[in-house]
Amino acid sequence: MLSLQTMFNALHGEAAERIRLFRVQVDPWLVFALCAILVFGLVVLNSAAQQDSAVVTNQALRVGIALVAMVIAAQVDPHTYLRWAPTLYVAGIVLLVIVLLVGTIAKGSQRWLDLPGLPRFQPSEIMKIAVPLVIAWYLHDRPLPPGPKHLLVAVVLLAVPAGLIALQPDLGTSVMVAFGGLAVIVMSGLRWRFIAAALGLMAAAAPALWFVLRDYQKRRVLTFLNPEADTQGAGWNIIQSKIAIGSGGVEGKGLFNGTQSRLDFLPESHTDFILAVIGEELGLRGMTLLLLLYLVVVARALFMATRATETFGRLAASSLTLVFFGYVFVNIGMVSGLLPVVGVPLPLVSYGGTSAITLLVGFGIVMAIHTHRRS
Amino acid sequence: MVGMQWGRFKFALNMRPGGDGSDRILKSAQQESNAFMSRTFVMLLVIALLFALLIARLGWLTVFKHDEYHTISEDNRIQDIDVAATRGRIYDRHGDVLADNRPAFSIVMVPEDVGDVEAGLAEIGMLVELTDEELDAFHARLARKRRPHSRISVKLDISPEERAAIEVNRHRLQGIHVTSDTVRHYPFGAVMSHAVGSVRRITEEDLRRLDPNVYTSATQFIGKRGVEAFYEESLHGRAGLSRVEVDAHGQIHDRGHGDDAELSEYEPLPGKNIVLHLDSRLQIAAAAALGQRRGAVVALDPRSGGILAMVSIPGYDPNLFVTGMDDALYRETSESPAKPLFNRATNGLYAPGSTFKPIVGLSALSAGTTDWEKTINDTNGEFKLPNQSRAYRDWNWTKSGTGGQGVVDLHRAVYRSSNVYFYHLGASLEVDVLPRFAAQFGFGEVTSLDVADADPGILPTAEWKAGAQGEPWYPGDNVNLSIGQGYMLVTPLQLVTAVAVIANRGRFVRPRMLLSSDPNLLTRLDVGELPRIAGPTSEDWERLVDAMEAVVHRGNQGYLQNGTAWAHIGRNLSYRMAAKSGTAQVVGIDQEEEYDEDELEEHLRKHAWFVAFAPADDPRIAVAVLVENGGSGSEVAGPVAREVIDAYLLPILAKSDPVPASTASPHIEIASTGFRLDR
Repeated sequence: MLSLQTMFNALHGEAAERIRLFRVQVDPWLVFALCAILVFGLVVLNSAAQQDSAVVTNQALRVGIALVAMVIAAQVDPHTYLRWAPTLYVAGIVLLVIVLLVGTIAKGSQRWLDLPGLPRFQPSEIMKIAVPLVIAWYLHDRPLPPGPKHLLVAVVLLAVPAGLIALQPDLGTSVMVAFGGLAVIVMSGLRWRFIAAALGLMAAAAPALWFVLRDYQKRRVLTFLNPEADTQGAGWNIIQSKIAIGSGGVEGKGLFNGTQSRLDFLPESHTDFILAVIGEELGLRGMTLLLLLYLVVVARALFMATRATETFGRLAASSLTLVFFGYVFVNIGMVSGLLPVVGVPLPLVSYGGTSAITLLVGFGIVMAIHTHRRS
Repeated sequence: MVGMQWGRFKFALNMRPGGDGSDRILKSAQQESNAFMSRTFVMLLVIALLFALLIARLGWLTVFKHDEYHTISEDNRIQDIDVAATRGRIYDRHGDVLADNRPAFSIVMVPEDVGDVEAGLAEIGMLVELTDEELDAFHARLARKRRPHSRISVKLDISPEERAAIEVNRHRLQGIHVTSDTVRHYPFGAVMSHAVGSVRRITEEDLRRLDPNVYTSATQFIGKRGVEAFYEESLHGRAGLSRVEVDAHGQIHDRGHGDDAELSEYEPLPGKNIVLHLDSRLQIAAAAALGQRRGAVVALDPRSGGILAMVSIPGYDPNLFVTGMDDALYRETSESPAKPLFNRATNGLYAPGSTFKPIVGLSALSAGTTDWEKTINDTNGEFKLPNQSRAYRDWNWTKSGTGGQGVVDLHRAVYRSSNVYFYHLGASLEVDVLPRFAAQFGFGEVTSLDVADADPGILPTAEWKAGAQGEPWYPGDNVNLSIGQGYMLVTPLQLVTAVAVIANRGRFVRPRMLLSSDPNLLTRLDVGELPRIAGPTSEDWERLVDAMEAVVHRGNQGYLQNGTAWAHIGRNLSYRMAAKSGTAQVVGIDQEEEYDEDELEEHLRKHAWFVAFAPADDPRIAVAVLVENGGSGSEVAGPVAREVIDAYLLPILAKSDPVPASTASPHIEIASTGFRLDR
């Protein structure tokens, strides 16, 4: 605890002032930690994709685009985000409805939207940013902590997109979008007793949720509870990823030497389950290094949120950061067998461009809020 | 500083907005900022705790569960694959390959990886045709006790097109692979079919009785006929294991991973190569001599008993059996009246007819009921037992009573094949004297060392007749037996064995296929030779051989004076051949009827026999030829025998090398053929 405390203080110690490079304003601490994670990710991806240079080049290109998007997002005045938050949110809702009606089906769910003139994308990604922004927008000029009425509005604002995404069905993204909205409410100062009561209520409602889940989602939950029941089918992923991590030990088998991933025992080894590759090849040391980098990002971004001078900035920045943490926790939890398998990538490391862009744009907004604060 | 942070934290916990909060417009910006600060701090603590939880979980997996998961991960990637032993090759005496292994591709399945085996078979069935036989064989193997993850073959020896069909769809065919292995190949095809035999796919019954440690799921074939069956154990070897690295789909990634000692092979023990006495050139010549006629030719080296040729016509293409023929072809083959699957040389039972006469003569000489000077006068070609009306006829008999052969002694009785003379001898012998004497030549039992499933034939005795026919032995039975008719049945292999004994002047050698292999195999076969024939003197043997030479060589002597075979094969012979023709009756002829070949249905016509050895004074080859329903032995079977002997002897004689000392030991034969064993 003491080290965390010290780190918090150190960050507070103004070592990291904004830099102005070609009049571009970014936060060096955050950028450094994010880039470290991205480089780490590309190295591991190279191994997980069995040194398929096309995969790595492709990902590097997306990461580059995402970084540019982040830098651009960091230059925008936070009031612009405040003004456009409702519009973005409404547009996102409309797109989610469209996707349910005419979306492209992939892997059994309707997530993708092919709009003429635009690259294929998942509208649910927009909501990962739009929901925190719109709830922060709603609460920023209201008394905090919010009363029951505003609370209800905030919950509705997050529940609608989360519900629409769950219908696709995409449980992982739905949970993360809902989590983004809840993060704003929690950061707005909602009393702990309410939070505790809500958690208790959710736990009590969980059995009822069972009847809402699709068959494959039920299977995932059952698999989580007892993966050995179906070693060849649904339990395969989680069993093989635990084997990969466990067999890697503290030292790891060495980069490119992971047999679980190289010999295809580990499915999704370069996407959702890439942590198992890290564990198998780089061991506990590699995974700990990555976790520390994540911690640095989260801590620095939260610190930046506390330095914001306006309520909207504080709520938006902190909740975007918490969403990022949520990704880390849910992904590692699921890959290591602590949580059921939901389709959540390991942020900035898993192969796939959309989530990298969303997350880095999120951090761009955090930097914008921090940079444009009134001194 | 720390104290101040904790102070703020307390403040945050104690924060009370008062009222329901919605009405409160006034609020301090600083207060709200502080509240946010403390909440952030709490969240950071929660985050740190959750990070710690993740690290703890990962630490648990990597430190405390490491050994367990390491083992599982090794089990995942390392698999022991059954590997068939390479089946031993079979060579002839000159080193020509009679049974080989040719590379082939097969479809195999790992049932554990497929999950639904029937669905997997259906998937394969859509790409390549699977016969009922193949499906049955697969299920038999599936039901058998086997190591987990072992491969079971679905279809052997697939075509390049079938292979392509599977490979293209490989992504859909989880647990189904194409492997390369070997399939038995018989370069000589039908010519060698009855001599070498053939392998078949292992059947359910085979698997039940076989040692599962020797025959694993990798073993595809088992010797079912001939040499392949007799030497199955030696030819098969022992199936082994190959430790390989496989991926999740069962594809082999690495054989014998250089730096990983664990990925080593538990080598299968290859089957032993064996070398046979067979001479492929002689075999081809014998088959060609017989042509399309149903029958058999067996040739052996009387010195060693080595079988030089064993032809049974019709034969079959053993290659068709290897991977299983289709039902229609199999039915056609197995139900054909010509019986191509039947080995006439070792299992065809025929009355020996006149070819038995030399042994009858020797028997009477030994019993003292005749000698070389004793004669009979055959006036009308008939013989009658005292006080019986039934007439036993000579082959020369006619209705008009002009078929007598005049004054006949034993010498003349052999070269003229006089039935009447031998009727007298038969009548002169006590019950069972002749069968007991003939038994020394191997009739009525299997004397061959290593001929699979050879038939013992029938050597009728009084005891046998009482058992088999429920009748006493009549004097007429002796008469019939004296010309090789009646109940006696022999195989061509038995007859050639007896001829080799005559060629050896009484020394018995067991017929054998194996020329050489490793010493263990020879030890196993060391069952001992049979004793010399007791009774005849060495003069008897020589005079008998002289008489048999006369069968072929006595010519230009006028009506009823030439050897029976001279006109057909005796001219232009550059070496001395000793022989005896035989024409075995298939049906009884009425007392008043003449045998008229043209009037008889083909399958009722007489069988043509011819037995011979040459050179008469230093025999190198003995031959028995049978042509089913061929008619006259001398005329039909004689030329076949001569062609066979010519093919074998003329090249040897042309070299004009002194004939090497005769030997019965295969050990020494190896050296004399100069054939290297270990290849």
